[in-house]
Amino acid sequence: MKQIVAREEYCIGCRLCEINCIVHRSQSKNIITAFRHEREGLTPSVVVESSGQHNFAVQCRHCADAPCVEACITGAMTRDPETGAVICDTKRCVSCWSCIMVCPAGAVMRGASGKPASKCDQCAGESEPCCVAGCPNAALKWEEVND
Amino acid sequence: MQNQTKYLVIGNSTAAVGAVEGIRSFDKTHSISLVSREPYHTYSRPLISYLLAGKIEEDRLYYRPGDFYLKNNVETTLGVAVEKIDTTTRTAHLSDGQTLAFEKAVIATGGKPFIPKIEGVSSKGVFTFTSWNDASAVDNYIKTTGAQQAVVLGGGLIGVKSAEALRARNLEVTVVELAPRLLALALDAQGSAFAQEAMEEAGVKVELGTTLQRIVSKNGIATGVILGTGREVPCQIVIVAVGVIPETGLVADSGITVDRGIVVNEHCMTSVEGIYAAGDVAQGTNSLTGESRPIPIFPNAYRQGHVTGCNMAGEPETLDSSFAMNSVEFFGLPTISAGLSTAEGSEFKILEMSNPHKKSHKRVILRDGKVAGALFVGDVDRAGIFTGLIRSKIDVSSFQSSLLEQDFGLLSLPVEYRKQVVRGKGVLA
Repeated sequence: MKQIVAREEYCIGCRLCEINCIVHRSQSKNIITAFRHEREGLTPSVVVESSGQHNFAVQCRHCADAPCVEACITGAMTRDPETGAVICDTKRCVSCWSCIMVCPAGAVMRGASGKPASKCDQCAGESEPCCVAGCPNAALKWEEVND
Repeated sequence: MQNQTKYLVIGNSTAAVGAVEGIRSFDKTHSISLVSREPYHTYSRPLISYLLAGKIEEDRLYYRPGDFYLKNNVETTLGVAVEKIDTTTRTAHLSDGQTLAFEKAVIATGGKPFIPKIEGVSSKGVFTFTSWNDASAVDNYIKTTGAQQAVVLGGGLIGVKSAEALRARNLEVTVVELAPRLLALALDAQGSAFAQEAMEEAGVKVELGTTLQRIVSKNGIATGVILGTGREVPCQIVIVAVGVIPETGLVADSGITVDRGIVVNEHCMTSVEGIYAAGDVAQGTNSLTGESRPIPIFPNAYRQGHVTGCNMAGEPETLDSSFAMNSVEFFGLPTISAGLSTAEGSEFKILEMSNPHKKSHKRVILRDGKVAGALFVGDVDRAGIFTGLIRSKIDVSSFQSSLLEQDFGLLSLPVEYRKQVVRGKGVLA
């Protein structure tokens, strides 16, 4: 399947991926409107970690044996049989955070203000995920991963 | 119904669904028969408190889509119990008088609520709270009697979640717990204190260190309870939530070894070849304590079910790691506990950090340089990294000082471990 691959050695910690993710998840898809009027309800699905010289962007790894799918009490978390991506049906999620409890990458977020779990869906429907498209340093790549 | 099948699945909850999905990962063709006492399509038990609270409608109770069994080519017999298993003839005897011969079977009958012998416990208005029927019964009782006060016996997960639901229905609720704190199996004293504050702020009364002397009833209808202290608390509803015990009745005299639950090995097989048990009914080894005990939690039930299904289909999967973990949000306070989250004692090194203003509490329990438990109250973000560290058993000595730092994350972890997680290979136990 295709994966977003983070290349720590190129990441400069600019957090544009977080911003692009928020804009993508907004209603308006407009950066100004999203941040002015929609920011409260939006959680980015990618997190940039920084420590000294090291920076690193992490989002859902769409694990082979996804523990979040196993632990989900509602059946909201499923694997898309076509793309292989793990997706969360936010209409079914009841915010129990079992997915957060078991995600070894810490890549499922609590939705803003008690909303459902928020996680990367690889920008389903787009030609490539928006965090990858907007990364100025090619620290995020959209690649076929075989293993 | 066919009277023979290759794979028999007994039960219709988390472990049963895991077993079906496990079997069908490797065997798309052979027959699966699923028999379950409850008449419903597979539903999620933890959601019954959300249903009672009115947070979800009945259509969201289902654990898998309505065509799940059709798509997976499973013949279901619902509303019929398996009463007995004959291990020599490999036959299940059903409550409707039929028999069903099988090659391999998984027992995923779950648990049943333990009901203590309290005077008045059979009065109208006294309920357990583990099934859809329970939730419907409480809901009906509230609607038909106009009940306004409830007492919940038991301050564990079921007790706390049912108290939350009843409060959401505007009942006056009192939780009675024998232990000196709420959620004593999952939370430490500080975590429990925050949980209790959140409950009390929501208007729930909490009575700790006491139990019920008796349930008071009038014409067989509950009107109150007498606490251990002698004080009477008037109520029209009593929820008995003191624990759940494995539903092992069907294997009595079958030759299958039963201790607290049905004893299984690392492939979830019972003492009888080809017969498996998974979920709350099963008793396997806790990888953190080494003890053989049931671990009646949701993710464990699914995983055991799935491992079972793979093995039934001839794929030798092994349970890599089993320990208790719970994620529960109630009254707006999220809590996550994993592993030996309440451990105390000289063999453990405890790291902890609390913020009373935010009701946030973190506790990491180390043993021999490894994470053996973790507890998060209030701020649960990224808690799964710790669950991963418990499963992987990697030595954290070199970075333990960063474990409770605000920016703790994957960058804090050894590079090899991080790469493995990032590649989506999960955590090797």
